[in-house]
Amino acid sequence: MGAKVVTVTSGKGGVGKTTTTANLGIALARMGKRVVVIDADIGLRNLDIVMGLENRIVYDMVDVIEGRCQLRQAMIKHKQFPDLFLIPAAQTRDKTAVSPTDMIQTADKLRTEFDFIIIDSPAGIERGFRNAIAPADEVLIVTNPEVSAVRDADRIIGLLEANNKGPGKLILNRVKAEMIKRGEMMSPDDVTDILAIKIIGIVPEDEGVIPSSNSGNPITLNENSRAGQAFRNIARRLSGEEVPFMQLNETGGFMQRIARLFSGGQSE
Amino acid sequence: MQEQTVAIKGIKDGLLIALSPTEEWQSITTDLAARIDQQSAFFAGARITIDVGERPVPKHELSSLKALLERRGLSLWAVLSDSATTVDAAQALDIKTTTPVPIPGREDADDSEFNPEEDGTPGVMIKRTLRSGRTVNSSGHVVVLGDVNPGAEIIAAGDIIVWGRLRGIVHAGADGDEDAIVCALDMTPMQLRIAKYITTSPVDKRRNPKPEMASVRKGQIVVEPWTY
Repeated sequence: MGAKVVTVTSGKGGVGKTTTTANLGIALARMGKRVVVIDADIGLRNLDIVMGLENRIVYDMVDVIEGRCQLRQAMIKHKQFPDLFLIPAAQTRDKTAVSPTDMIQTADKLRTEFDFIIIDSPAGIERGFRNAIAPADEVLIVTNPEVSAVRDADRIIGLLEANNKGPGKLILNRVKAEMIKRGEMMSPDDVTDILAIKIIGIVPEDEGVIPSSNSGNPITLNENSRAGQAFRNIARRLSGEEVPFMQLNETGGFMQRIARLFSGGQSE
Repeated sequence: MQEQTVAIKGIKDGLLIALSPTEEWQSITTDLAARIDQQSAFFAGARITIDVGERPVPKHELSSLKALLERRGLSLWAVLSDSATTVDAAQALDIKTTTPVPIPGREDADDSEFNPEEDGTPGVMIKRTLRSGRTVNSSGHVVVLGDVNPGAEIIAAGDIIVWGRLRGIVHAGADGDEDAIVCALDMTPMQLRIAKYITTSPVDKRRNPKPEMASVRKGQIVVEPWTY
């Protein structure tokens, strides 16, 4: 059946779904995989910006579904990776323009030609979320080590289980080792204690993420970024590799980071 | 729906059919036949006990009722009645007039017999973790084999037992039963209610959790080690 359809969701907004989708897409493409990323956040599209493809959009997902163009025409090829494509969301419409069946049919058309189809889900638990998970073979739940984000992740996992898509795997994003050490932030163990699902990635907080997203060059393209490394590790795990988790406490303080910089920027 | 002249329920020994003691016999038997024909799959092969209450049923009527059932593949096993006429008729036709297990709500002549079966009270069993946003409402007890996560909610008229970590909201004795209890292996509910009383968990995070039981005593909820 070809491609594996992976949906990235979270419940809560702003935890890093789009960043994760863009970085996984690029990390998988770097590994030589054929990848399509789909922005399912109809009406609030972002993935094109983070991937640096904003100015190339002619057609979008809704144009495909409503028959104004062929699926091929809405697929935007990445600047750097010829086997990486983006299907953008419509900006002028809302979630009701797409149905779960539309998503399943679109994914099925792409399955034979690709290795991975990654769907960026909107926040929330309404229609957009249901659209995004409908075609999923695997669901990744992004959360931050905060009580509110974990609560929403728990709700999402429950909904996934109710829809026979669960329980999914967890990506713990924006983890600050220093704060965990001081007891000010939930540790990965604290989070899995509540959610009781498998973690597929722990992404450290990295100030490089925001500028890289703004400039359309996802952080995983930066060899020296630990967050980028974490996303590359997740991509390898998605492809079935066993990759050990990075040591969190290596983030270190400012001086250590300077030292790393001078020692060639090796972060692991 | 017309008035119930024929009431059917399952009992340990098959089906118990209670026939109205006042309605005209002819229309009752017609109703009964219609009910059986409508739901023949439900009745198939069942052993039938008929309760006619105080109605005196003469032998020929009972005999034709027996034949009516047998034509539909059902055996008339016992007839319960407070009328001597009916009991005599049944005995003449070699039909039992008592059941080995007493029928609830029917005072049998010999109430001295000890019933070893514990009736218990009904409830629901949930064999999974209740995640945020899930709710359980029950008019009986609720047993959860798993955790109750923050944001999940259980409301039960009876007791609540959590074989796992209780971190959501629970309300036992929701209809006002102050004897209701809440048990959990790790009792740290966001909010715990029993009948009209409410409490929350202490803020300090206790490690090394123990099974505990909450109940109402002297107008407040007390939580103590769960020892049985």
